[in-house]
Amino acid sequence: MNMKLIVSPAPHAHSGDSVRRNMLLVILALLPAYAVSVAAFGWGAIITTAISIVACVGFEWLIAKFILKQQPTIGDCSAILTGLLLAFNLPCNLPWWIVVIGALVAIGVGKMTFGGLGQNPFNPALVGRVFLLISFPVQMTTWPRPLGFHTQYIDAATGATPLAALKQIVKAGDSSLVSQLPSLWDSFIGMMGGSLGEVCALALLLGGLLLIFTRVITWHIPVSILATMAIFAWISTPEGLCGHQYICYTLLTGGAMLGAFFMATDYVTSPMTSWGKVIFGIGIGLIVMIIRTWGAYPEGMSFAILIMNACVPLLNKIRPKRFGEITK
Amino acid sequence: MSTFRIGGVHPHDNKVYSAHQPITACPLPKNAIIPLVQHIGAPAQPIVEKGDKVRVGQLIAKAGGFVSANVHAPFSGIITKIDTFVDGWGMRTPAIFMDVEGDLWDDTIDRTPDIVHEFMLDPKEIIDRITAAGIVGLGGACFPTHVKLLPPPGKTAEVLVVNGVECEPYLTCDHQLMLEHSEEIVIGIQILMRALGIKRAIIGIEKNKPDAIAKMQALCSRLLGIQVLPLDLKYPQGGEKQLIDACIGRQVPSGALPIEVGAVVDNVATVYAVYEAVQKRKPLISRVMTVTGKSVAQPGNYEVRFGTPLTDVVALAGGIPEDTGKIISGGLLMGRAMNNIDMPANKRVSGLLFMSENESRRVEPENCIRCAKCVSACPMGLEPYLLSRQSELQLWDEMEAHAVMDCIECGCCQFTCPSHRPLLDYVRMGKAKVGGIIRARQAAAK
Amino acid sequence: MNVIIISLIVLGVTGLVAAVLLYIVAQKFKVEEDPRIDQVQEVLPGANCGGCGFAGCRALAEACVKATSLDGLLCPVGGAPTMAKVGEILGLAPVEAAPKVAVVRCNGTCEARPRTSEYNGAPSCQIMHNLYVGESACPFGCLGCGDCVAACTFGALSMDPETGLPVVDDEKCTSCGQCVKACPRHIIELRNKGPKSRRMVVLCVNKDKGAPARKACLNACIGCGKCQTVCEFDAITVENNLAYIDFNKCRLCRKCEDACPTHAIHAVNFPKRKEEQV
Repeated sequence: MNMKLIVSPAPHAHSGDSVRRNMLLVILALLPAYAVSVAAFGWGAIITTAISIVACVGFEWLIAKFILKQQPTIGDCSAILTGLLLAFNLPCNLPWWIVVIGALVAIGVGKMTFGGLGQNPFNPALVGRVFLLISFPVQMTTWPRPLGFHTQYIDAATGATPLAALKQIVKAGDSSLVSQLPSLWDSFIGMMGGSLGEVCALALLLGGLLLIFTRVITWHIPVSILATMAIFAWISTPEGLCGHQYICYTLLTGGAMLGAFFMATDYVTSPMTSWGKVIFGIGIGLIVMIIRTWGAYPEGMSFAILIMNACVPLLNKIRPKRFGEITK
Repeated sequence: MSTFRIGGVHPHDNKVYSAHQPITACPLPKNAIIPLVQHIGAPAQPIVEKGDKVRVGQLIAKAGGFVSANVHAPFSGIITKIDTFVDGWGMRTPAIFMDVEGDLWDDTIDRTPDIVHEFMLDPKEIIDRITAAGIVGLGGACFPTHVKLLPPPGKTAEVLVVNGVECEPYLTCDHQLMLEHSEEIVIGIQILMRALGIKRAIIGIEKNKPDAIAKMQALCSRLLGIQVLPLDLKYPQGGEKQLIDACIGRQVPSGALPIEVGAVVDNVATVYAVYEAVQKRKPLISRVMTVTGKSVAQPGNYEVRFGTPLTDVVALAGGIPEDTGKIISGGLLMGRAMNNIDMPANKRVSGLLFMSENESRRVEPENCIRCAKCVSACPMGLEPYLLSRQSELQLWDEMEAHAVMDCIECGCCQFTCPSHRPLLDYVRMGKAKVGGIIRARQAAAK
Repeated sequence: MNVIIISLIVLGVTGLVAAVLLYIVAQKFKVEEDPRIDQVQEVLPGANCGGCGFAGCRALAEACVKATSLDGLLCPVGGAPTMAKVGEILGLAPVEAAPKVAVVRCNGTCEARPRTSEYNGAPSCQIMHNLYVGESACPFGCLGCGDCVAACTFGALSMDPETGLPVVDDEKCTSCGQCVKACPRHIIELRNKGPKSRRMVVLCVNKDKGAPARKACLNACIGCGKCQTVCEFDAITVENNLAYIDFNKCRLCRKCEDACPTHAIHAVNFPKRKEEQV
């Protein structure tokens, strides 16, 4: 026999799964929400997203090639996803240079300083977003009204965001503001002010379910986050609102859905075991509600996720249930 | 519940190529090499010399210890030498070489095709016959069967779990054996139950073999205590511990043997060998193996006597396909890739699997993205991502603390890894190192 | 103004209390240690390679301070000069030891040793060794994945892409022995560096009989014993089909090199011979 055989250790088969496949599925799951934001915000949504994605991929390529001197790994599509998620967390009338700064911080500080994909302790898109939120508070919290392609970007007509109104209700006990809240249906389908991708809870929910059914993510993190938030809201319902109304507003606004299904479930920065994921989710839910109820910011998803990201190494000490430990 | 509870993966089973191909006997070769190591444990000691004439079924090498197994002549002929040969992995192995002449069988062996139903032996006699016949677990591990039938003091067996799962993709030899020799297998189960002094047996068969399930069920319906349990498809259901969990809902504790929860596990092929040894007095000199692969001309199930060159078996299946890149001895997920097939068949080789060149190469690994898919896939509840990293960094103590010795090397972690990381390569290496350290420590303590 | 003064006082008092507490705790839990341990550690290289047989430089320093003689205690990295300094600190006489160097005893180059299979697993010699014979047919030879290169903390080892074998940089090698431990096939040996770094070595560890050894690799030692016959100093022994040169007996006459039919014996760092120069 004259052929040279290939020898490798077992197993000799692979499921065919890949990093790229997972990233593309997440991007696919984000598309319905993206479609809604294009419908709601028009050109601004398209331009902001395009800038963000191009900047993220560009920075990753440049940093890998010239600073880290590695083979750039933009082929795995993770930078595209970071760009998309970053854009989802920005108002659509943000000046282009702020978006580029956000992308630089997300990829440069959030991801590549730690060694690239898989090494970063914090969700890169959120690092970028929070950096912008602290550095450019005014631009980051001025949302145009959703008027489709007629949205005016210069001299944007901004509405009181539902969350800010909610905050006033909770903090000042001013129940006259209840009338300023959008209807529950509007906030479910996304007809309200807000960051580019966070407005339409319905579309995000659909995307999230797609991810769970394709086994890209497990149910543990989103369910525990949303359940914790709902229970907290139910207990602390302010005067002038019914319990179910407040629960719905809590879950439908302020990027709760986006955070629970897409940001907190980021593989790299979430725990490995089921129990770890549940505790991670409960922690996020609690912190969000604490920030929303008593903190200075109207929403708190980004901060809550980043804080719990820091706890992940600790949560990874929880080990899975081993074979032989189930006695019954 | 009809499967095991932790982890597992669902590879494509690819059994269509060789499924339902009748078992064909492989013709006798001119020369044969009979390896002395065909089991786990000490090598067998040859008791024949150069120039001796032997008959089929004659004992030619005695077990070299308690955990070892006898080797019998699979052919009649003349012993030419006792030497070493280079096996399929390039390592030198001791073996008996012989020239095959005719096909003269030992007189004690019953070669009639009749099925013998009655058995009057007591447990000790049964175990003696099994020991004498050199029977080892034919599922792949090749652990001597008689050792399992003698539980250590203080432990009692309650249930016999018969492994008809065949969860490895491509392999169909056990399936075909269950179809063609179902009656013999049921008698073998009764013999083993008598040997163990137990009243209950469960045959676990995966649901992708409905005909085998139906056939076994029909035979067992009249018998008390033997139950056929159809199992949902999931790899590695054929793993000893996973099968016990799936069949009787008990989990073998870490580091313990199945007898700890009162179970004894035997493969259907082993049970068939037990029937032949006890009822027909035929020692273990052949097995059924599957030769398969997407490009194999005549994939099928072949009865091969140990010592037959694998090249002869492959010739029967239509020769080595043109596009072959990798040849695996055993199954797709746990089998060993060979660097040549110029070696004889033995108790270990349950199948030959030919993979085309583009199926054979691995994809370049990327960074770990900490997706935890390996953690959810691990049927032992370990953390493969962590163990693999620790092994790369040579943190042996840490690996021991994270229960690396529980790893069954099933490959689910590596199969599922989206980053294509060689997780099991490193875990297996670390397990070998840690095993060595533990053995050294135990030896020092004595 | 008031605020500033109060702040100053509060901070000052806090600092003072902390300082006093720290002092008391430090005194209370002070570990008495021989100051010479620090001094000895100071002169050691600090690579923590473990080549001395201790867990690190600190452990060797402790052992040196405890010992009554420096016999058997050697920092292979620092060598004689370092041990002389250690002896000076401790008032002990340093023990002379010949400098050593790691030698890769395999010369199965790509040309001499045809590859019979293609390995496609994790790049680790240990994994390949546990799996099978390796890419060539020699079950003793170098596997070429560079476990030794990865183990070397001094950058003294590198893979030669042409031969597929590791190369030792004599200047950088400190004979710490990490590569010896890392090699699953035990090919690497620490040998005396020899005068002017000249030495004779059998670059093969194949214990197979002549025919299979030769079939696997053209440069293999076939155990023919010709070198043993020509050696006038009784330095060469052939055991298990493999020749070995005792570096204590070898006088570097180079007769064995010429006698070896497979060129498995190499003369290292000798000047070129006259007839070769022409």
